[in-house]
Amino acid sequence: MNKALRKYLGKKALWFVITLFCAVLLNFILPRLMPGDPVSSIMAQLARGMTDAGAVKRVLDHYVEEFGINQPLHQQFFIYVGNLLRGEFGRSFVEYPRTVSDILVNALPWTIGLQLPAILTGWIIGNILGAIAAYVRKGFDKVVLPTMLFVGSIPAFGMAIILLSIFAINLQWLPVGGGYPHTMLPSVSLRFFASIIRHYHLPFWSIVLISIGGQAIGMRSMSIYELNADYVKYSRYMGIKDRKIVGYVFRNAMLPQVTGLALSIGTMIGGALVAEIIFSYPGLGSTMLAAINQNDYPLISATTLIITLMVLVIVFILDIIYGIIDPRVKAALID
Amino acid sequence: MKTTLRQVLRSPRFMIGFCTFFLLLVIIFSYPIFNPGDPLEMIGLGTFFKPGTYVSLYDSVDAPRIYTLKLADSAANRIAAKLLPQDRVDMKDWLVLYGIDEETIDIEDTRALLELWWRNYDPDLRIDGMIRARHNAYVRLDRKLNGLFNSEDLTILRPNPETGEIEELLVVKDSDYVNLQDVVNVRVLPLGTDNFGRDVLRQLVSATATSLLMGLIAGTIATFIGLLLGLISGYVGGWVDDFLMFFINLFTVIPGFILLILISYSIGQEERSATTVAIVIGLTAWVWTARSVRSQVISLRNRDHVNLSKLSGHSLPRIILTDILPYIASYVVMAFILQISTAILAEASLSMLGLGPKTTEIFTLGLMMNWAMKYTAHLNGAWWAYYPVILTIALISFSLNLMNTGLDQVFNPQLRS
Repeated sequence: MNKALRKYLGKKALWFVITLFCAVLLNFILPRLMPGDPVSSIMAQLARGMTDAGAVKRVLDHYVEEFGINQPLHQQFFIYVGNLLRGEFGRSFVEYPRTVSDILVNALPWTIGLQLPAILTGWIIGNILGAIAAYVRKGFDKVVLPTMLFVGSIPAFGMAIILLSIFAINLQWLPVGGGYPHTMLPSVSLRFFASIIRHYHLPFWSIVLISIGGQAIGMRSMSIYELNADYVKYSRYMGIKDRKIVGYVFRNAMLPQVTGLALSIGTMIGGALVAEIIFSYPGLGSTMLAAINQNDYPLISATTLIITLMVLVIVFILDIIYGIIDPRVKAALID
Repeated sequence: MKTTLRQVLRSPRFMIGFCTFFLLLVIIFSYPIFNPGDPLEMIGLGTFFKPGTYVSLYDSVDAPRIYTLKLADSAANRIAAKLLPQDRVDMKDWLVLYGIDEETIDIEDTRALLELWWRNYDPDLRIDGMIRARHNAYVRLDRKLNGLFNSEDLTILRPNPETGEIEELLVVKDSDYVNLQDVVNVRVLPLGTDNFGRDVLRQLVSATATSLLMGLIAGTIATFIGLLLGLISGYVGGWVDDFLMFFINLFTVIPGFILLILISYSIGQEERSATTVAIVIGLTAWVWTARSVRSQVISLRNRDHVNLSKLSGHSLPRIILTDILPYIASYVVMAFILQISTAILAEASLSMLGLGPKTTEIFTLGLMMNWAMKYTAHLNGAWWAYYPVILTIALISFSLNLMNTGLDQVFNPQLRS
């Protein structure tokens, strides 16, 4: 059994490496395939304000060196990958002396700390609601399904703005934005922690509400399929208690939902990044917005790569979990 | 075919969704007829004028007839509007210091508050412990309150262009009214103006049309690519399937949103028109369609009627067109509907990041959101600049999703109870 599980994990790990490589390749090549090569257009932009020809030359040389622009494409790619492996993403154009990795290291914990718990909470609540709607049908379903459809139709940033305008601006219960108050310096203290929690509420709940909608609808359909399945009818004829049958149904309907989460996590994170922007939460979403607004190419490129990496790692973890909990995979392992 | 159509039309979910969507379309097409004009025209000088009816002050002076209306509450209304909340609080404070029971004072009731004030206030009375500045402030407040009731006539003057002298044009009494229909220039702005001073409602209608069109373009492209890849991958099988499946799986895990950001950024601000953005969205959104088409085709591939067709020596295009496509048409339609709503959402999210179409030429729902947020409409209380946009986006995808679940119930009998 261990051997088979190892084979499954090995296959998934190989797939992870391949997708990661393709993601890096796309991240490298897409901006360079376009007619307006960002690196040269940025150099033109940087040199515009300079009058000293020597200085322009030095700046040019610096970027030619840093990006290896004068070399053929495949060698540029090796330079790029080499830099990535050393964790070097270059320096930010806008916050010049700061390295991109430094900016990302500061932003990443905020995004992970916000999005993962929020998406997971939304997923769990959505699944429970969907299962109940499928089981109860009648009144509850009549209310839950349209509500979920409507809530799921509101874009993530829309939900963020609605919560913001109600709870932060009109009722003034919670702060308008940011990860912590401007008047405080990040420190390890109870007061700082409490303020982080206060700022955490609105972004968290807006992502949770968004995730609930889609998950509940998916789970409802899955559960209805399962409830109509032959084994449920058979169990009923056998006289097995309803509670136990519901347990089976829930478990079987859950499995596709794990895969579903793996498949939709990319879209969910994309939406949540835009929601972050509404609250000017100091995570990757706000970093990305600032980078795009200021045409900071190294920062944009690194942010997209980090987000992709984040998604790929989550998918990989979900694949492993799926392999462990799905009895069919287990059965295949025992054979 | 006929029965399916009848079933679809009988599904309440589909019909509600369809009617909502149809209503939106009707508004999009009919509103510009009633209120023609360029949606990008900047009519307001200033940001975020609130919704309402705007009456030309200049033209109301020239109204052909001035009516006299004796309305009992007009003076009270005027005073209530001029009496600031802070004044009310100050009045209450004085009255409480004077010795009136706090419970009996209602600062919202203007008439009672003023009566109480005039009955009790005496500018010569010195209250113990009140500093001189405060005392003087109350004297000024009292003078202001007396001024509120002072309804002297207003005189409107006009310089004579020939002599340069100023002549009296009109004397306006506090009981003078004009009929709104007599005023030449009246503009109703049901949703006010945005940060550029543009009519929000007119802009919203045109932006909805643009966004829907973009959704249509993106959805068509995505459905076409997805259908093509799914058909080839599912029907041909073998190494072609393996190869295509590799791509499909790859783009399932690599987030489409990130690809969208990378491509849109690389295209550059100048080159991004609404069509380009729609095409890019379409090029990154085909994955789900390809997946579901492929699995459907695989289950169809070995059915008897397909095998019969193969044995009869029909060509591959013919088999696909007559034996496969009709069976997966419902899935494709459903996927297409979903693609449209996802594409509209994708455009909105992209625009929020500042990667939407170029602003100067066209307006989309996402760009409206983007500008409202850039000018912090949500912090200024300018709800009309963003709530209608969010509601429109939600309504579009809600109606499309409803249609989709309605169709799902018709085509998947298992989902029905």
